[in-house]
Parts: sequence; structure tokens; C-alpha cells
Amino acid sequence: METIGLIGVVGGIVFRLWPVWVCMAAMLVAVYLFKPRLGLFGQLFNTGVGTAGVLICAFWVFSAIFADTIAPLGPRMQLAAMKNAVPGAIDPETGIAFLLGGDNLARDVFSRVIHGGRVVLTIAPAATLIALMVGATLGLPAGYFGGKIDNILSFLANLVLAFPVILLFYLLVTPGIMETWIPYIMGGTLFIFPTIIFGTLFYTRFLGRSEKLYPYMIATLAIGIWIWMNLMSTGTFLAKLREVHMGWLASIMEWPIFNVFGIEPNELNIFVAVVFASSPGVFRIVRGLTLDIKTRDYIAAAQTRGETPWYIMLWEMLPNARGPLIVDACLRVGYTTILLGTLGFFGLGMGPESPDWGTMIKDGSRVAQLRLYTWTGVSPALALMSLVLGLNLLADSLREESLRD
Amino acid sequence: MFSFILRRLGVMVLTMFCLSFVVFFFVNLEPNLTKLATFQTESRATDAEKAAWLERNGYRDNFFVRYARWVGLAQKQPVKDPSSGEIVPRFRYCDESDKATFSGVLQGDFGCSTAYRTTVNARMPEALAATGILMFWVMIVMVPVALLIGVLAGMKEGSRLDRTLSVVSIGSTATPEYVSGVIFSVVFASWLGWLNGSAATALSRGITFTNFTLPVMTMAIYGIGYIARMTRASMAEVMTAQYIRTARLKGLNFRTVVLRHALRNALIAPFTVIMLQFPWLLTGVVVTESIFNYKGFGYLLVQAASNNDIDLVLACGLVAVALVLITQLISDIGYAFLNPRIRVS
Repeated sequence: METIGLIGVVGGIVFRLWPVWVCMAAMLVAVYLFKPRLGLFGQLFNTGVGTAGVLICAFWVFSAIFADTIAPLGPRMQLAAMKNAVPGAIDPETGIAFLLGGDNLARDVFSRVIHGGRVVLTIAPAATLIALMVGATLGLPAGYFGGKIDNILSFLANLVLAFPVILLFYLLVTPGIMETWIPYIMGGTLFIFPTIIFGTLFYTRFLGRSEKLYPYMIATLAIGIWIWMNLMSTGTFLAKLREVHMGWLASIMEWPIFNVFGIEPNELNIFVAVVFASSPGVFRIVRGLTLDIKTRDYIAAAQTRGETPWYIMLWEMLPNARGPLIVDACLRVGYTTILLGTLGFFGLGMGPESPDWGTMIKDGSRVAQLRLYTWTGVSPALALMSLVLGLNLLADSLREESLRD
Repeated sequence: MFSFILRRLGVMVLTMFCLSFVVFFFVNLEPNLTKLATFQTESRATDAEKAAWLERNGYRDNFFVRYARWVGLAQKQPVKDPSSGEIVPRFRYCDESDKATFSGVLQGDFGCSTAYRTTVNARMPEALAATGILMFWVMIVMVPVALLIGVLAGMKEGSRLDRTLSVVSIGSTATPEYVSGVIFSVVFASWLGWLNGSAATALSRGITFTNFTLPVMTMAIYGIGYIARMTRASMAEVMTAQYIRTARLKGLNFRTVVLRHALRNALIAPFTVIMLQFPWLLTGVVVTESIFNYKGFGYLLVQAASNNDIDLVLACGLVAVALVLITQLISDIGYAFLNPRIRVS
């Protein structure tokens, strides 16, 4: 089979990634011009570690955004002649070069790695965001009020933390569990938290100023319900609702407005499992930060002013805890990426054809596959490692910068 | 101190109880029972026959009664064949008492593995022993390397050595087992041919350098970074303490200060971290044993979960949770012992 050689492969990859280079160049120019005005983000470029972190993360974010342009083929497209083709092999029919070779099902590894980045970079940050909100909503009162609430919530958090992650996934992310109510109840509960936290945020702020309170509350509720409905409107959940004579809710959830962005039932399952596994960690951090901030003078001042506890927690404490929380969120996106990889590696949740990195590593790491066709396993492994490395470097330099202040 | 340990033990037992209940609940979900019935009856069995099988073998009894039976707080009833009236065991490859007896986890009976067609007790000890050997070598490699990196980096905060080692340890935390396993196998087994890409021979023919290095390296890499980061932070903090400055001003050389004065106090925090690594290592064990085909506890867990082997999953879950809780307990008590500043009330 004809190949384009090593130089051709490197050149081809660099050429295919052109939208990424354009965007990164634009970003660097913007940083160079407006650095003093960018605050923390600009300061990240003061050190080599920070620059490297930002650049690696930017690389993967842009390649996920432009995945359709960059990847020459779809993630599931098979070209029969290219089964286990070497990197740089050219398909005799279409003339498309497989830059990182073909896998055991004759799919283009390069295209799959690029599309895999999109899968990871949609699920991981979204799951981290929800986990942050859940952790904050529960961690703030636990730290602030202490006593019974704290005892109960901490005990529950420790329960989940003592549960080995891998066992949790094996129990929670199976095809069988989608036939039960468990993922929908858990998902339904977890997805309420964003509405709760934003609702409380605006309620405490605008209490007594009805001209602002009502619009904000109605908007929060509407957006919250809209997002909730979109996330939950999966086919299996609707079918389950109809079984228990809740067809009216199912019919409402079928409206086009509630299906703007839908996720597959198995994706919902993964999402719920990942959020569930990482919320207790956030809870512990937020609780610790709250205990620390509670002793500050400005909290005592706010209490003397007669502010309500929730106002103090959300408007005085949360903004002052943002530094460590941003660092933690960054690390957590990386950790979630690793968790998603683990799920894929064990074939849990993700479809067998799914282009996520974990599934690709699993397919590529079968003994015979790894011995003869190394690229199928190594390419996604390096991709995953580089993204997590970028996020960890970013988190590290963010911590350095926030300590400097 | 005694009441502290007692209270921790109480919390531990309560946690254990809750978690085992959760595991029992998840493992006994309807889809899993249906699968079990399909597997245990003939392949053309009707739904009614499957339902009858579940009914006869006690899977339809009250959930809490079944949990109590599994724990060993309620009596297990013998199963009668409805046609002949004879007493037959639930699974023909495991003996069962023909009288109602207390036979659960508390009595040391973990049930019957349908995947391995033998009792759980026959499989579990050897799997745990195999994993124990792996963990032992991982610890032997991981802990000294991580502590060395951490101490060297934290000795002079902000130095070139510190920055280099920090990047190294950040890199190692970004390398989960399935990534390093794949890369190491490709480099050392496929390309260089120095080491075995499979550790299957380690159990049958004994551990050698060639068949055991890759699994140990794979597992150690991911943990090293984290422990090293903690050690570095702890070391850097100690190095700014007053007594270190006094020692330096007294004229002691840097090496003595680090080895005699700083090291002991700097290693208290990493001790907790190392103990708390066990739950993390558990995921690592499962991944590593799957990649390198090493038949230990992790391999057993994967086999049990993917074959819907109810009793074996329960046993694995219980062992895993117990392991995590015991290490947490040891880390708490050890920390209180090591650090005299902590006053337990």
C-alpha cells in the first residue's frame, strides 16, 4: 500500500490542523496586545508552565470546535481497504491519507482522535460545572451552619468517597440500569441544583426590590426548567414516564423547544455517574473553605448588618472562595477526563463505536492489536495524556498566580 | 485516644453497613436478576419459568430479609424442588445446607460464584494474595521514589530542580494506568522486546523481572506524582519554619538541616496521603490487571461484574470497601500518633 512517509504524515497533520493554528495565533496576538487588561488570564503567560498549560488546553478546545473541518472522515466511517493500515497509508479508492493509520475496523485513527476530543470536552467541563454547583450548594450550609446538617452531609459525602470509583461505575453505568428509575432520579435531582443555586443567588440579592426580583426569578426558573427538560428528554425516560401514567409530562417533554440539545440515554447515565462521583470532593473543598472564611471579620460585619445566612454564604463567602475553586475545577476537568477514559476503557456506558479516547484505547490495547498495530492504541493514549497534562499545568500555574496576590 | 479509636470504629461499621446495603441493592436490581434467571434456566425457558426459578430460589422474598440472609442475620432457607420435593442447592456446583441455617458474610460464607462455578471463598483468597504481591512491589517502588522527588523539590522552593521535578510529577499525575500501560507495552514489550507485555506467567511460574516490571511501573507512575506533590508542599512549608532557620543560623550545613531536622516533620503529611492512596490504587489495580492479564482481585472484579455474578460482585464490593475504610482508619490514627500537635478530644 502506498504511504506518504514520515514527513508527509507530520506535514499532513500540521496542515489539517490549520484552523487550530489560526485561532491560537489570534489568541496569542490578542494576549500580547491586551495583556495588562486580561488580569489573571494574562498573568498565566508570565511563566513557561502557565503558557504551556494554556496552549495545550487551547489546542484541544479549538480542535474540538473545528473537529468537522479538521477530521477528513467521520468518526465511524469505514474504508474497507484501510483495515489496520500503517500511518500515512493512502486509501486506493478515495485517495485520502490516513495520517495516524487505520484501526481494526478500518476507520481513520486521526479523525477519531479529533472527534474524541469533542466528546471529552463536552462532557468533562459540563459535568465539572454541575458537580461544582452541587458541591457548593451543599458544602456552604454544611460549613456555615455546622451541627447536624454538617454531620449528615459529611457522612453522606464520606460514604460516596469511600466507595471505590471503579465499583461505582460497574454498578451505576450498565445497560441494565437504564431500565430502572435510578439514573433518571439521580439525574433529575442533580440537574435541579443549578436552578436552586441561581434562584437563591438572585432571591437573597433582590429581596425587597420586587421590580428586579420577579424578572430575575422568572428568568432563572424558565432557563432552569428549559435546561432540565432538554437534558432529561431522552427516549427511555419518556417511555418510563408513560408506564406510570405520567404521559402528560412526557408529552410536554417531547415539544421541540425541549429537544434543542438532547443527550443519549447512555450519555445521561455516564454524565450522572461522573457528576455523582465528583460532587463529594467539591463538597469537602467548599466546606473546608467555608469553615476558613467564616472566621473572617467581613463575615462578622455582614452578620452584624443583619444579612441573612444565605446572602452571606452566596454573596460574601463564595466570591472569596473562587481562587481555590477555579484551581480545583481545572484539576477536576482533568480528573473527569481520566474517569471518562476509564469508563471507555472498560466498555461501560459509551457505545462500542463511540469515538471517545477510552474506547479507542481499549480497542487498541488488545494484546495482538498492540503488538502489531501500535498506533491504534498509542494515538488516543497520547491525546488523553496531553489534554490532562495541559489542564494540570494550567491548574498549577493558576495556583501559583493566586498565591502571589 | 482510646475513645477516639472506638468512635472511628463505630463510624466505620456504620459506613460499612450502609455501603454494603447500597451494593446489595444495586447488584440485585431487576435487570440483573432477569439476566441471572435467563442464564440459570435453559436458553428456551419461558418468562414464566424464569419467574418460577427466581421465586423458588428465594430471589422474590422481601428485600430486607434477603439482605439479612446475605449478612448472616437471618436464616437461609433450603431450596425445594417443586416436582420431587427434594432439597437441591441453588447452584449445583455449590453445596448448601439442607436445613435453615445462619450462613452469611458474618459466618464467613460469601455465597456462590456463577461465573467460576465454585464458591466465592474458593476464589477470593488467591486473588487477594496475587493482588497483595502486586501492591507490595508497587509500594516498594512508588513510595521511595515519590518521597525522594518530593523532598528534593521542596528542599529549595522555586529552584530549577524544584521546577523540573514539579513538571515531572505533574506529568505523572496526567498519566492514568491505561495510558502508561499502553505506552510501556508498546515501548518495552513490542519495540525493544525487553519485558513481557503480559504478567500471566507471574502467577503460574513465579515473579521475574521480565514479567512483573511493566505492571508495577504502570501502577507506580500514576501515584508517584500525587505523593511527590504532597511531600513537596509539606517539605516547602517545613523549610520556612523558625526552627529550620535557627538550625541554619547555628551554622549547621544544609544537608544536616534537611536530613536531621526537616525530613522527619515533613514526612507526616505524606503518610496520610500514602494511606489514602489505597482507594485510588484499587482502580489502578483493576486497570493494570486487565491490561496485563494478571489474575488478581481487580481481574476477579471485572470478571464478576461483566458476567453478572451476583455473589462475587457483592464479595468484591465488600472487600474493596473494607480495604478503603481500614486504610482510612489507619491513616487517621497514625496521623494522630505521628503529629503530637493534634490533640484528639
